[in-house]
Amino acid sequence: MSPLSVSYLILPLMLFGGSVFAQTKAKAQNVPEIPYESVPNFLKFPAGLYLGEAMGVATNSKGHIFVYTRSANTRLFEFDQNGKFVREIGEGNYGFEFAHSVRVDPEDNIWAVDEGTNMVLKFNPAGRIVMVLGHRPDAVAGLVAQSPAPGAPAEKYILGRPTDVAWDAQGNIFVSDGYINHRVVKYDKNGRFLKQVGSEKPGSEPSQFNTPHGIAVDAQGNVYVADRANHRMQVFDNNLERKAIYDNIGDSWTVCISPGPHQYLFTSNSNPNGNPPGSWDITGEIYKMELDGTILGRFGHASKEFGGFQVVHMMDCRNPNEIIVAEIESWRVQKLILKPQSAKLSAAK
Amino acid sequence: MRRNLQVLLIAALFAGMPAGAQTSVPEISFDSVADPLKFPANIHLGEAAGVATNSKGDVFVYTRTGHPTISFGTARPFAHGGSRLFQFDRSGKFVREMGQDSYGFLVAQQVRIDAQDNIWVVDQMSSMVIKFDPSGQVQLLLGRKSESERLPPAAPTGRGAGANFPPAAQAPAGGRGGRGGAPGAGQQSDVFQRPTDVAWDAQGNIYVADGYGNSRVAKFDKNGKFIKSWGSRGTENGQFNVVHGIAIDAQGNVYVADTGNKRIQVFDGEGTFKTQILNVGNPAAICITPGSHQYLYSSSSNPPENIDVDGEIYKMELNGKVVGKFGRAGKLPKEFGTVNALSCRNENELYVGEIGNWRVQKLTLRPN
Repeated sequence: MSPLSVSYLILPLMLFGGSVFAQTKAKAQNVPEIPYESVPNFLKFPAGLYLGEAMGVATNSKGHIFVYTRSANTRLFEFDQNGKFVREIGEGNYGFEFAHSVRVDPEDNIWAVDEGTNMVLKFNPAGRIVMVLGHRPDAVAGLVAQSPAPGAPAEKYILGRPTDVAWDAQGNIFVSDGYINHRVVKYDKNGRFLKQVGSEKPGSEPSQFNTPHGIAVDAQGNVYVADRANHRMQVFDNNLERKAIYDNIGDSWTVCISPGPHQYLFTSNSNPNGNPPGSWDITGEIYKMELDGTILGRFGHASKEFGGFQVVHMMDCRNPNEIIVAEIESWRVQKLILKPQSAKLSAAK
Repeated sequence: MRRNLQVLLIAALFAGMPAGAQTSVPEISFDSVADPLKFPANIHLGEAAGVATNSKGDVFVYTRTGHPTISFGTARPFAHGGSRLFQFDRSGKFVREMGQDSYGFLVAQQVRIDAQDNIWVVDQMSSMVIKFDPSGQVQLLLGRKSESERLPPAAPTGRGAGANFPPAAQAPAGGRGGRGGAPGAGQQSDVFQRPTDVAWDAQGNIYVADGYGNSRVAKFDKNGKFIKSWGSRGTENGQFNVVHGIAIDAQGNVYVADTGNKRIQVFDGEGTFKTQILNVGNPAAICITPGSHQYLYSSSSNPPENIDVDGEIYKMELNGKVVGKFGRAGKLPKEFGTVNALSCRNENELYVGEIGNWRVQKLTLRPN
């Protein structure tokens, strides 16, 4: 099926399907429910400092927490392991316009992915920019509806609303790109293009993407991509050759892989923006999985209350039993203490 | 191998080959300090459009720190902010910011220091050239910022990314107001269209590279009175396709980086074409060293969308003979990301401003 005919099919749905929303119910059945608690008063903001939409959250090796948020300006904050405010990073820099993701690499460098400037920024632990990927469109070019233009051939070093970043053990850089392009790009540790999978066009075949929205790499170098609008996660080897597709977990908005000898994979079937009627009944949960796709359990649900989730956009899972979630629509970061030993089967929803 | 190259080169010179026809260019070895400037914690270098030094070795950086903001709900779209000018001492210590919230700081393009240590800023979007005295006071203005912006309808106009080297169709129509002049000739005045650079001769006459929109060099006396301009869009001698840089030697010859035509054109001070320098890539940033033996440096800058091509910097005699080259495009120290500015007050100590890497590198050349 050509991309053109796909869009003809989708367009009427968007125009007339008032009760139809993009999110899908996960196919997985009889998944054990993992109990958890949300830590009250987790992040302590100084007076006068507010969190906006919490897009990115990540921790470094010391347990410090980094939050990338859309407030009046897009900003990046650091907190210590107790949630005490430490500092702001990258204040007012040229690459901050519309936050999307923050990740911390094994050397504790902080990487911010901004879908407003089409940039991926690498900050060293001191908070200085040491490398940038992509190129922000020049202001003198005037207003552009989207840049690059949708469907324009994807360039090696230009990103189109990129979404996330990850690394393998060699330091190779993997960027999920994004809302305009629909691909994953592999760069070497010096930022030189090596390879891509997917293209500027969305697609639903294996190794095609429709809004690759999150990315993570395991210790073997395999690459896990949240293929959000295709309602699945795709797994590739280090050379971006297809390995597996996990399509029973709803819409994979974001992925996280825990470190250590036994790695776990987390993915969120986040409730859709705008909370369409019925959406809370079938979305909002996070899945804990083995790397091979075996589902170990699930936790959480869509809700505006403390402990519930409002469009989880990103997770940190450095400790697989302490998940930190960033939520778009509650302007909130929560720390969840999981109790997997007391997981039990819940009635299938 | 190196010895062989030298033999070849010498043979070529003796054979009277035109400089542009050199096939083997010696590599100049060099070192780099990739972060010579120490910024305060809350200030971050964006695209390093301009870098220059004064007679004391202080370093000035004109950088794109954000995009101009346009406010909603006003009668017309007004643009504010987007670029900042910083001064460091020769050790890289932050000294001060200049021109805070200046009306003309929108999209940084270049900064240059004249013989009296005045600081000249060229802004591509406000189309202004602003002269600060060494204390930071505004002394002279050329050009005028548009009162408001004409926002194009929001249509997918393609890759804004290439705007540093825009396709001709994206650049504003040249020659607007030129009363029937050739395309890109511009007005006989200080109305610029996306100017790129500024230089002076020994008498203090001012030469403005203009630029992306116009395709001309405009000459003013030292008090800013318009004298003349030359050039239009095209490929002939005396024509330009994106005038991207300008420098003047001690004799008053004017070197113009004609990026789109992949050449440096040389004129006398009245705009009479003298010669052109070819085969040094696509010159995007140039500078001329002071002193009794002057050299010309030129960067064949890579486009922002590709770090796998170009990027090398050439060192030349003023007659165009290539002495050597160094560097390549990339993100590491000693690699270059879309160089937009070269400062060469010291022949073997260069500052390089990069658009692509948001960085100023300090290079130490080690010529053989």
